Amino acid sequence: MASHGIKDQVAIVGMGCTPFGEHWDKGVDEMLIDAAHEAYESAGVAQDDIDAFWLGTMGSGISGLTLSKPLQLDYKPVSRLENMCATGSEAFRNACYAVASGAYDTVMAIGVEKLKDSGYSGLTGSAPPSDGTDSSLTAPATFSLLAPAYAHKNGLDEDQMKEVLTRIAWKNHKNGALNPRAQFKKEVAKETIAGSPLVAGPLGIFDCSGVSDGSAAAIIVRAEDAHKYTDKPLYVKALSFSSGPATGALDSSYDYTTFREVRASAEEAYKQAGISDPRGQIAMAEVHDCFTPTELVLMEDLGFAEEGTAWKEALNGTFDLDGDLPVNPDGGLKSFGHPIGASGLRMLFECWLQLRGEAPPERQIETTKTYGLTHNLGGQPGACVSFVSVVGSELG
Amino acid sequence: MRGIIGYGAYVPYYRLDRANIAAVMGAGGGRGSRAVASFDEDTTTMGVEAARNCLRSIEVTPDAVMFATANPAYLDKTNATAIHAALDLPQSAWAVDMGGSAKSGEAAMRLASASPGTNLAIFSDLRTGNPTSGDEANGGDGAAAFLIGDSDTAPVIAEMLGGAQATAEFLDRYRQPGDSFSRLWEERFGEQAYLPLAQDAVERALKAANLSMDDIDKVVVAGLHARAARGLARIAGDKLVDDLTGVIGNSGAAQASTLIASVLDTAAPGETIMVIHLADGANAGIFRTTDAIADYTPFAPVQAQIDAGSDSLDYNKYLTWRGFLDREPPRRPDPDRPGAPPASRSEDWKFAFVGSKDRSSGAIHLPPMRVSMVGGAVDDMERIRMADVPATIATFTVDRLAFSLSPPTVAVVIDYDGGGRFQAEMTDVDPDEVKIGDRVEMTFRRLFTAEGIHNYFWKARPLSS
Repeated sequence: MASHGIKDQVAIVGMGCTPFGEHWDKGVDEMLIDAAHEAYESAGVAQDDIDAFWLGTMGSGISGLTLSKPLQLDYKPVSRLENMCATGSEAFRNACYAVASGAYDTVMAIGVEKLKDSGYSGLTGSAPPSDGTDSSLTAPATFSLLAPAYAHKNGLDEDQMKEVLTRIAWKNHKNGALNPRAQFKKEVAKETIAGSPLVAGPLGIFDCSGVSDGSAAAIIVRAEDAHKYTDKPLYVKALSFSSGPATGALDSSYDYTTFREVRASAEEAYKQAGISDPRGQIAMAEVHDCFTPTELVLMEDLGFAEEGTAWKEALNGTFDLDGDLPVNPDGGLKSFGHPIGASGLRMLFECWLQLRGEAPPERQIETTKTYGLTHNLGGQPGACVSFVSVVGSELG
Repeated sequence: MRGIIGYGAYVPYYRLDRANIAAVMGAGGGRGSRAVASFDEDTTTMGVEAARNCLRSIEVTPDAVMFATANPAYLDKTNATAIHAALDLPQSAWAVDMGGSAKSGEAAMRLASASPGTNLAIFSDLRTGNPTSGDEANGGDGAAAFLIGDSDTAPVIAEMLGGAQATAEFLDRYRQPGDSFSRLWEERFGEQAYLPLAQDAVERALKAANLSMDDIDKVVVAGLHARAARGLARIAGDKLVDDLTGVIGNSGAAQASTLIASVLDTAAPGETIMVIHLADGANAGIFRTTDAIADYTPFAPVQAQIDAGSDSLDYNKYLTWRGFLDREPPRRPDPDRPGAPPASRSEDWKFAFVGSKDRSSGAIHLPPMRVSMVGGAVDDMERIRMADVPATIATFTVDRLAFSLSPPTVAVVIDYDGGGRFQAEMTDVDPDEVKIGDRVEMTFRRLFTAEGIHNYFWKARPLSS
């Protein structure tokens, strides 16, 4: 495969991120303007300085007009992208390649989603007319398929599995409580999590990420120009994307304890970044914890835990804020919320803060490691897309 | 010789204990139980299941499907074509409905017998009544299928010896299209009308068959007028066959055929059976089993299905299934209607559960694909019908958020014996009982109805032993 990577060729020089939550008072336009202007200020640029835009949104607007109209852009190029819940990362990825190609000097990747206007519980999607045979399962149900399979494979009974899932939710809520931008800013007791009404399989309400409105943006330039904007750019080391064959539900060799797409994209990203020991080299990771069993499985797929041990590591606190490898220090999808188009960029925002020492002291990670990882996933077990990025505060 | 060369019946899994009705309503119900079609069944789906039970007993492809029901899923649109598609029959096979009344079953049987070729007569009904009514308690849901053909196609297991009909116009039972209950004139009126008609038909049937009542071994009495049927039962004496209404209720257009099936399940060669059907007149038919019946093994005997059923159904849930009680739906969008062009393109998959098998690698694809997931070969696939292949649960979940006519939704990922995997909804199962490793089989169901379109497809259910 001829995938060469663009390590250290581009850098993020400014970012913005709105609070995520139920913003009854803000529509798509308002959130885009807020995120974009926060990013301009962060980079010390004006809107006119941006040469081209990549807008990620799954269901909150079509065409580049969704951005150029509220921002009143000056006939600039705007791509509107979608890759299910990895949409925000998809916008970022394409924006980076545009800068690396030399076609543009200064670009913006921006993501937005307005989920709370629908009035429905959970995610809804629109699909083209079909023959009626598609699965009608909700998102929590599709990811809940991981739980009995993982438990069965690793010899956990129902109660042990529930304890592991609860511990993951508890950690992410604890982290979110330290984050003023998060949708849910309160710690939640383990008993409350474990006792909440079941939504699908063993998953209760607290095992599911928040349905949320929000927007986030990043300004990207060539690495050699980054010093014009900031002393502390965030260099892009790796960008990988894997769109799977979607045959998990057709192929008996798939055992529902892994995401093959995540393994493929992680391997590619580590190759591009030159990472041989993820656990040892990565300072923090933002991963796609749409549901608690997802985060569990991702720890093994991303190489943060040996096969079959992620559950033990989770219970031991390896991935806590003060653990060996903090995962979702900003609260993750779980408590920060998951406005689909924005999430991938929100993950980068936490790397932007943490790796440059600008996170609020209550959650600033003290470390000598310089790499951060974001992982963003769309779809469901057996049929998904996966994105992994590696970013770092230093060149090399 | 021409006659019955195969048959099968379908008794739905759920039964309503009649005592549950009075316990809730303070009236109605009675003793025993009645068969209840699940929320995802209708007369078309039950007809498919009965036909499958028939065709899994005798592997013959019918030349025609004649479908009789008093409760068609569609008007204007032929329901038998969905059955034809679900059975994966050739384009040349005729599919036609006859319906609207309980008597329609007689038409299916006669047409199947009189038309040349091998014909599958399918009888199906779903009987409802207003809460606390006799029809609610005594109705039954179910279906049966009879394959009629010549002995050079397959051994005839029962042949018709003769029959007769007595017709009269009188107002006994009547229903407006769209109503979920029938109206009945006072029963004693119908009783006095039916009995002489039945006597007349029986006499002329015996004459036509050149037999006397002494030659008859068993008598089946069927008909929605319970009092009249009981009156005839007295005449039949100890030849009377149990009409199963105490356990599965009266399945209207499907009752006579279901009772014939249950008789044939245990009949010996050379038994002479009279069937009297009361429906706006009386129809008496006499047939005799042949030696070949000793070699006929029904795939799903009626009693076995009754034994495998469950009377765990709550009356309140029953009311929501039949539309007498509306539950509050979850805050989820209504399901989209299936699109006619995509459904037509995937007819083999959607209706007949036909996938594709890659010749190069042997990999089975459900739904069918053009490009193999193993090896990537393009357009090297052959059809493979998986409807009759059992499978094992690899993982599962219970979705309590999804829109469903009877929440929660149970979803299973199942691996088929011999290869192939599918993610299906599971039905006829207690959500708390589902485990990895459980065995399942496929069943044809109605997922939901959206904008007037019934969405038919397949689900998994526990494998019957």
